[in-house]
Amino acid sequence: MASIKLTINGKSIETHSGQTVLEVAQTAGIYIPTLCYHHALPPEGACRMCLVEIERQRSLQPACTFPATDGLVIHTHSPEVEATRKFILEMLISDHPLDCMTCDAAGDCRLQDLAYEYGVKGGRYQDGFKHSYEVNDPNPFIQVDRNKCILCHLCVRACDHVNGVEAISVFYRGFNAHIGFGADGSLQDSPCEFCGSCVAVCPTAALSPKLASGKGRSWQVEKVDTVCSYCGVGCKLTLNVRDDHIIKVESTWDGPANHGWTCVKGRFGFDYVHHPDRLKKPQVRKYLLDGKKKPKSRNGKLWQWVETDWETAINITAEKLRTTRDKFGPDSIGVLTSAKCTNEENYLMNKLARQALGTNNIDHCARL
Amino acid sequence: MPRLNSPKDLADTRLHIRQICREQHTVSPFIYVGMGTCGIAAGAGEVEQTIQKELSAHQIDAEVIPVGCAGMCAREPLVDIQLAGKPRITYANVKPSEIPEIITEHIINGNILTKKAYAQLPEHRHWLEKKSAAENLPSYHELPFYSKQIRIALKNCGMINPESIDDYISQDGYRALSKAVTGMSQEEIITEIKDSGLRGRGGAGFLTGVKWEFCYLAKGQPKFVICNADEGDPGAFMDRSVLEGDPHSLLEGMTIAGYAIGAQEGYIYCRAEYPLAIERLKKAISQAEQYGLLGSNILGTNFHFNLHIKEGAGAFVCGEETALMASIEGRRGEPRPRPPFPAVSGLWEKPSNVNNVKSYAMTPQIILNGSNWFKGMGTERSTGTAVFALTGNIKNTGLIEVPMGITLREIIYEIGGGIPKKKKFKAVQTGGPLGGCLPETALDTPVDFDSLTAAGATMGSGGMIVVDQDTCMVEFARYFLTFASAESCGKCVPCRLGGQRLLEILTRITQGGGTLDDLEEIQYISENMRAASLCALGQLTPGPVMASLRFFREEYEAHIVDKYCPAGVCKGLYSYEILEIQCRGCGLCIKSCPSGAITGSKKEPHVIDQRKCIQCGACYDVCNLEAITVIPKLETIEEIRTNN
Ligand SMILES: Cc1cc2nc3c(=O)[nH]c(=O)nc-3n(C[C@H](O)[C@H](O)[C@H](O)COP(=O)(O)O)c2cc1C
Ligand code: SF4
Ligand code: SF4
Ligand code: SF4
Ligand code: FES
Repeated sequence: MASIKLTINGKSIETHSGQTVLEVAQTAGIYIPTLCYHHALPPEGACRMCLVEIERQRSLQPACTFPATDGLVIHTHSPEVEATRKFILEMLISDHPLDCMTCDAAGDCRLQDLAYEYGVKGGRYQDGFKHSYEVNDPNPFIQVDRNKCILCHLCVRACDHVNGVEAISVFYRGFNAHIGFGADGSLQDSPCEFCGSCVAVCPTAALSPKLASGKGRSWQVEKVDTVCSYCGVGCKLTLNVRDDHIIKVESTWDGPANHGWTCVKGRFGFDYVHHPDRLKKPQVRKYLLDGKKKPKSRNGKLWQWVETDWETAINITAEKLRTTRDKFGPDSIGVLTSAKCTNEENYLMNKLARQALGTNNIDHCARL
Repeated sequence: MPRLNSPKDLADTRLHIRQICREQHTVSPFIYVGMGTCGIAAGAGEVEQTIQKELSAHQIDAEVIPVGCAGMCAREPLVDIQLAGKPRITYANVKPSEIPEIITEHIINGNILTKKAYAQLPEHRHWLEKKSAAENLPSYHELPFYSKQIRIALKNCGMINPESIDDYISQDGYRALSKAVTGMSQEEIITEIKDSGLRGRGGAGFLTGVKWEFCYLAKGQPKFVICNADEGDPGAFMDRSVLEGDPHSLLEGMTIAGYAIGAQEGYIYCRAEYPLAIERLKKAISQAEQYGLLGSNILGTNFHFNLHIKEGAGAFVCGEETALMASIEGRRGEPRPRPPFPAVSGLWEKPSNVNNVKSYAMTPQIILNGSNWFKGMGTERSTGTAVFALTGNIKNTGLIEVPMGITLREIIYEIGGGIPKKKKFKAVQTGGPLGGCLPETALDTPVDFDSLTAAGATMGSGGMIVVDQDTCMVEFARYFLTFASAESCGKCVPCRLGGQRLLEILTRITQGGGTLDDLEEIQYISENMRAASLCALGQLTPGPVMASLRFFREEYEAHIVDKYCPAGVCKGLYSYEILEIQCRGCGLCIKSCPSGAITGSKKEPHVIDQRKCIQCGACYDVCNLEAITVIPKLETIEEIRTNN
């Protein structure tokens, strides 16, 4: 990588080759608006919001794809560039339902933000044709509203490049181009695995989590970082919590294990958290707590589960393991660990089995 | 077929083929039948069958040779007959019923059937033998249609049998390849092409030699040579004619390009709607492979080159080079931003060279005759010739090849023979749906890349549509816009949505609902589409609208302000009226009117009942005396009067 020098808005920047103009600008703290760009996906150059003026180029160039080379002189906010961006937003808005007041994405929508920034209102082409696609995909997780799609192709790229499923493509041409699934059928019937990567990158409410619909918007939620409890990968997740209820799970880009991506369980399988049957404290059979013998009848009071604290529960378990080992020998015990545990936890179970219990009877479910 | 393992093998074969041809010619006459798509559409298939039948009835041993399009599409089916030692005589618009007479008179009796003969070609196949020209019959170069033409890309079209590699070789085919791969370095070829000034014939007019050099210098292997034979412009058939009429010239050009840039694989991307072209390409490739002119160790050298055909599904945007490559890769045909340019990262991210059919077809002759020969034609910055498909309201529709720099007037009035039916010229559209129209005042514009662009149109890849006074320029622009916006791939915002909004405005104007503000709006959308679209489709979609607004603004204003379509095209925006002084009362219009709106007694001026007239235009078309005129709608006139 050669070191290069270029000028953006009169500011001289020294950097290295192999980057796009947008990347250089962002590192230098210079803002260029984008819609179809996502740092985790290959650039597409589709929306044209990031057009900049590059001296000695015949026409405006998209910053998200144009390679930064030595000597470029770039203007990111010249009047011509700004007018063009405004036009692009006017065009997008001309075929967009103007219902930010009831839209789940409000407050977390790139289109809304940019329309606000550029002062673009609806109405300029109000006589023009607007699409009205049905919003009726039967799948349980992802709401598909093509009316709000700006065809940034981010979902397509996410599905192709991250999950490798290729469930999403663009169908038809021109004004009738739209995203579709499988062979332009429903998402439900497509090869989709519902990882929700597409939802994560969609800049509008065209793809959104069904479970969150109507439950609250970005400024009404508290964001709580956590690690997914499903498996040992340890995806970093950000829970959107409102009134002590999780309404949506996001995956953030700084997650060291998952870099922003996650699977269907992490993203959509959070309903167990608030389930009435969920165990929140350890339970033991009453006879164990009372130090009694195992009752013959399974119907009696002594057989019932009772809540207790961790200390008690663990002590009882340890005691039972010890007596079993002493009485019947270590190989009378088997240990089965879980993919829900981390590597470290599995390692500790292994230690417990072989060193503390003295048995090689240890296995792993290897699946959920 | 023997493999040709050296330039000498090729030269020997050429002499051998010519010898055989000469021998054959002394015993059997040659009959050439125009069997391009245009010829077949005009009935050449039946003509050819009748010829065969007639020949066997008379037990005549003649060689019937199917040839490609000679350009005179208006005169198809074309049949040429050549007797030993005699010029090749062309019969035009031949009907099957006329065949017996032609064969009896020309072949059996040895006389030209003068009443049907159209022209002669004394020079063709000069190596055959010396021929005396026929008297009283114009030579091709004396025909107005041909006199201003120079044929390079179309040199063999309509002259040779496109399905015979021997025919091509006999006409010096593959000599340039032989010269290139055995006598020239890669750099020398590139320099020759650069010096010739050849600019790509696909539309953008980029210097072909410079493009080859980029690809030659690009790092990475394999490299690919790609031919753009997508030809999606409605009404264009230049490339198809070369593919159908002289496929080997393309193969030879691509192979030379492959050698020059260091590629071993090539793709011809041809639209599936050209089945005849594809069939002939396939035959040509397999013939060239058998001769060792394609494949491994071409002409005994250690240069290998293979060609593949990729059929496109007919999306106009797939003619854009990056979309074309995506399509070859099996992806959706959508353009992507450049850089990186194909020369650096093209097909499968490898260095690739994309050229138009005609660009490749011209290269063998540049290599053979030298860059100075090519530069000697055309203008300083647009060298050589340009191929046009001349269509629309013009007498001689067809395929022409003219030196760059010729004026539009020469093409339209001399080659094209002017406007039929005594109508007035109105505009000429060049550059297809992404080009623009030029008015009468621009007729002296030289036809070259830069002059056409400066005048407000574009060179494009060779569509030229002439329209007369009966064409509404708003509707004309709307037609192209409908095409371009439907063919937008929909990837980028300005083109996907801008095209639609523009189309809505134009539609509104042609329906009488436009406002003067709409004209500003057209300008606004057009300029932004031009500045912001990803590929040339979106950038040039507003071209026809912008040009017609610039040159025919008054017609837009008439639609908007007077609710009047002066050309009498936009339904509801005009009426017909019979001019009393012109009408002789012949009654033709009465008979033609489907709604009984016209009355009048014989030899008295007739009148149209406006309440009954449905503006179908039948009377307008049928009247020989120009007595029927287009006027603003009567209600509108009254409205305007009361408002004033
Ligand atoms: C929408 C669109 C359609 C095009 N169609 C064709 C085509 O049919 N044939 C062609 O040769 N070039 C076409 N082009 C131009 C190609 O992108 C490319 O410039 C050309 O093939 C390069 O060849 P040349 O340098 O020999 O002209 C098209 C461009 C656009 C934007
Ligand atoms: S949820 Fe995942 S698998 Fe399904 S479409 Fe979206 S990205 Fe593809
Ligand atoms: S659904 Fe969302 S991510 Fe996909 S193309 Fe539309 S706006 Fe972009
Ligand atoms: S300009 Fe039109 S055809 Fe070209 S990429 Fe954009 S939408 Fe597709
Ligand atoms: S962000 Fe660059 S074109 Fe969309």
